[in-house]
Amino acid sequence: MPAERSTLSRILSDYGIGAAFVLELALFSVLSPHFATVDNLLNVTLQTSITAIIAVGMTFVILTAGIDLSVGSLVALSGVLTTVVLRADLPVPLAYGAGLGAGLLLGALSGAVAGILVTRFRITPFIVTLALMTIWRGTAFVITEGRPVWELPEGFSEIARGRVFFIPIPTLIMIVVFALAHFVLTRTKFGRYVYAVGGNSEAARLAGIRIDRVLVQVYMLSGLLSALSGILLASRVDSGQPNAGLMYELDVIAAVVVGGTSLFGGRGTVIGTLIGSLLIGVLRNGLNLMNVESYVQQVVVGVVILLAVMMDRLRKR
Amino acid sequence: MASPLLAMTGIVKEYPGVRALDRVDFDLYAGEVHCLVGENGAGKSTLMKILGGAVQMDGGTIAIDGRKTVIGSPVDAQRLGIGVIYQDFRLVDELSVAENIVLGQEPEGYGFLTVLDRKAEHKRAQEVLALLGESLDTRMPAGMLSAAKRQIVEIAKALSRNVRILVMDEPSASLSDHELNNLFAIIRRLKSEGVGVVYISHRLEEIFSIGDRVTVLRDGSRVETGAVQRMDRRTLIRLMVGRELEQEFPREDFAPGGEILRVDHLNAGMLKDISLSVKEGEIFGIAGLVGAGRSELAHVLFGAGVRDSGSVLLKGEIFDPRSPGEAIEAGCGLLTEDRNRYGLILQMNVRENVTLSNLRELVRGLVIDRRSERTTAERFARQLKIKAPSVEVSVETLSGGNRQKVILARWLFTQSKLLIFDEPTAGIDVGAKREIYMLMNDLVRRGIGVIMISSDLSELLGMCNRIAVMCDGRITGILKREEATQEAILSLATQFAEAEDHAG
Repeated sequence: MPAERSTLSRILSDYGIGAAFVLELALFSVLSPHFATVDNLLNVTLQTSITAIIAVGMTFVILTAGIDLSVGSLVALSGVLTTVVLRADLPVPLAYGAGLGAGLLLGALSGAVAGILVTRFRITPFIVTLALMTIWRGTAFVITEGRPVWELPEGFSEIARGRVFFIPIPTLIMIVVFALAHFVLTRTKFGRYVYAVGGNSEAARLAGIRIDRVLVQVYMLSGLLSALSGILLASRVDSGQPNAGLMYELDVIAAVVVGGTSLFGGRGTVIGTLIGSLLIGVLRNGLNLMNVESYVQQVVVGVVILLAVMMDRLRKR
Repeated sequence: MASPLLAMTGIVKEYPGVRALDRVDFDLYAGEVHCLVGENGAGKSTLMKILGGAVQMDGGTIAIDGRKTVIGSPVDAQRLGIGVIYQDFRLVDELSVAENIVLGQEPEGYGFLTVLDRKAEHKRAQEVLALLGESLDTRMPAGMLSAAKRQIVEIAKALSRNVRILVMDEPSASLSDHELNNLFAIIRRLKSEGVGVVYISHRLEEIFSIGDRVTVLRDGSRVETGAVQRMDRRTLIRLMVGRELEQEFPREDFAPGGEILRVDHLNAGMLKDISLSVKEGEIFGIAGLVGAGRSELAHVLFGAGVRDSGSVLLKGEIFDPRSPGEAIEAGCGLLTEDRNRYGLILQMNVRENVTLSNLRELVRGLVIDRRSERTTAERFARQLKIKAPSVEVSVETLSGGNRQKVILARWLFTQSKLLIFDEPTAGIDVGAKREIYMLMNDLVRRGIGVIMISSDLSELLGMCNRIAVMCDGRITGILKREEATQEAILSLATQFAEAEDHAG
């Protein structure tokens, strides 16, 4: 018989990560005069958008009790692939279509491969995506011979650098992706199945859910969103970098976990992931503004991740 | 009489908002089997957790051998010679039988550098098992044993710690009758060694076969303690539920109708040449020892296993599902043996669990229509009398009986024509059992085919019109109600000599 939850744990569970985020915003507003400006805050969302978009796909994967370590390498390979295609002398609209299409298709295919290896061959997601991580990273270096892909058509960089009204395009894309993902998870059959498969896959199977299909779709989504981020990143640096997105998988997993999604599956939300991503993004930004050395920053970020997860443990008591 | 081995007096345990135990007295003499019965939530488990040191009491005293003592932790309990065997066994699957038996009793030696003497471990394990009259390969990993054998290992584990008070929480839950008799033999042997046994069970006939005294708990209070001989089934039930229960098995007679399910010469894995038919207006029982293939048959019918040959017709149509999804589509539903592991998604609420298998009925455009989902769930909750504050509460907060109803609601929503209940009342208390039986009657009345697989012979005899008995993957006989007796079923269930070795 579970004991009734204490008031503290109830506050933490209902408002935990949101409260921590608000506290963080308030703290940096006081500590740095440059923090709470429209420009800076928009800048934070712009910087966060790349990993936050990946974190949406990762949330789906982790909700099914899986993991996707290939996301960082997919960022690099999709960026490289898109920029290589863009450099082929195609007429302008076709070049963009082919370039972006190739990048996104790669992401979806990679996810499909991961999903099939996990479901048909019963290899654990950790191993499957670990292998894909090194395969795609290596492929990106092979294609580019280790050199960045420069001299892209004019206008490509506008995707990430442009603004609609005053909002950066990547920020807008991030908002749309989160809104759609939230809708899908909370309102659609697919979303319900994701929670069911993650909560108890055998019971889900016996309830008639085709869990293999759900899993493949989830990994495809993760791949697709990683590729989208990869293209945005390539546009931002106006080049295809084979070493782009290094260690992103860990940043992204951290954001998802800080956002309250359980690594055991079945519990979590994309709203939590959004806040988790922003919490880490704001932390980096705030520390930068306060001129905290980058080595020290790493330590602080690590400590904050631990604190956030400890809070999560507390609230499950 | 000598002073009791154990005397728990005036035990109180409070949880926020509930008094789980209210001044409960419980005592146990050496060489006695003292049964503890009561409905779920009556406080049996809490009382035993206090004895095992897993939970601390808020009031009362515990005396062992007449000396007051404090049980502050499971380690204390062990030191005092108290052993608790929980329903879900606590064995390490990867370790061998011997390693499990001596686990935690390895010699002190040089701390973590201690070299373990494997030979001695196996010898010790075999000695303890011999005390139980059992011989097991002590090198076998515990995970490979049947439930019955795992239980024996648990008992051996407790014995190797010189246990004097042994608590068994629902030991029969996963045992066949044959295995249960073996367990009783072991318990009698322990008694003769002077061990006091606390035996918790929902199956009352067990209490009459093994118990010396029985204590009935209801809503956290002790209602009665007395010699088993002076009790009868009816009295016990009345004491447990606190009112007269009209009829334990509310069987109704319906006019037999057309055929719902027809299985002809089905072969699948261990299942050999299965033929049977289930008609409208009847509850069709399947009996057999654990491992006889009953659950396998259910899974194969439900599309969760592979068929080799044979034909199955559901309402006259060919029924050959390749997946549970296809079986559900065709109108079959399975209420699995272990509801929590294979039935429910515990993280989800009642509504989500009810609608899970038929969401497409509720989808408008791309979206699940929240309002109609809620009204659907509420309709079934009302119809089946699911006791929950609302359909939005987590299924984890529900009792076993209500959890079973949630799954039943799921299959009613998919408009099942055939429902297979695998051990439908395992772990469910007497009052709720009756409700499940009445629901089965309702299903039959509505023309739904009902198959009930059970290890509880009295419920099969009490509710079924016909009972198929399985042994070693075959059907060894189908008994009509008039022919069905415990003896007839048991002899069919053990028809093949080799079956006993395979059982479990």
